[in-house]
Amino acid sequence: MYAALWRILPGPTWVRILQLVALGVVVLISAHLWLFPFIASLVDSGDTGAVNTG
Amino acid sequence: MLGVTAEILVTAGVGVLLYVFWFAVVNPAVVGAGQTATAAQQSRLYSDRLSHAEATPSATPLATATAAPIDVPVAVPVLAEPGRIAAPIAVMYVPRFGADWKRIVRQSTETQVLNSATAGVGHYTGTAMPGGIGNFAIAAHDTGYGNTFLGVGTLKVADRIYLQTDSGWYTYEFRNFQYVQPNAIDVLNAVPTVTTTGTTDRIITLTTCNPPYHSRERMIAYGTFVEFSTAAPTELAPALAQGN
Repeated sequence: MYAALWRILPGPTWVRILQLVALGVVVLISAHLWLFPFIASLVDSGDTGAVNTG
Repeated sequence: MLGVTAEILVTAGVGVLLYVFWFAVVNPAVVGAGQTATAAQQSRLYSDRLSHAEATPSATPLATATAAPIDVPVAVPVLAEPGRIAAPIAVMYVPRFGADWKRIVRQSTETQVLNSATAGVGHYTGTAMPGGIGNFAIAAHDTGYGNTFLGVGTLKVADRIYLQTDSGWYTYEFRNFQYVQPNAIDVLNAVPTVTTTGTTDRIITLTTCNPPYHSRERMIAYGTFVEFSTAAPTELAPALAQGN
């Protein structure tokens, strides 16, 4: 999987490394801003009707 | 094929670890900072309004509690409960939680309030308002979303809980804890755990999950009303002097 990604990326090694770092940053930011909050909303117990919070 | 499977599993493992790190560290820090900043902003707004109201006394008529306990000599203004979800009710200060700790109490305990970066503490709809006779019951997460009530378990008897509103400062004093099942909604009664409609007590009830990172039970912290004042509490002077 990662080997295939490495092969797909264009340019010399240092350009590929830069692209991987940029890709990693984009994935991390996306996860923190959208993916993890979405997962957290699914994980929430949603214990309404009782004494709320978690 | 085995290599790809291994890479997917390792990636999933790293993803889970990142999620745990986000939930336990990043999210509380980011959301908590937002909650603190918004509370500071709301506090300044209340201070400005109060200064204006004192300059023009007839500008903000308030309802007053109809019966006052013997140990509360002056009439305590009680604001009407807002009907709109997430409407601001008060700014809460608890010095035991930290010198800089402050949060806005908003109407309702829906997740849109408790998980919000502009709130953190929710008021149980239908319970008393600050200074009102009965039980002013509020909720917040202990962990995650600002770690709002993570410090509840550190409260000591007689610790002060301050609520700043448009009309002034309400002071409560922590009395005791109770640990209950999540469905023990009678802790929200006018007299907690007691079925009665007649009371002259003014109580504050803080509810949060227990133990941290779990929601098996609820930790309940009870306090009693001490006083109302239009002047800021001296205990908060250092924090307020730093521009909230």
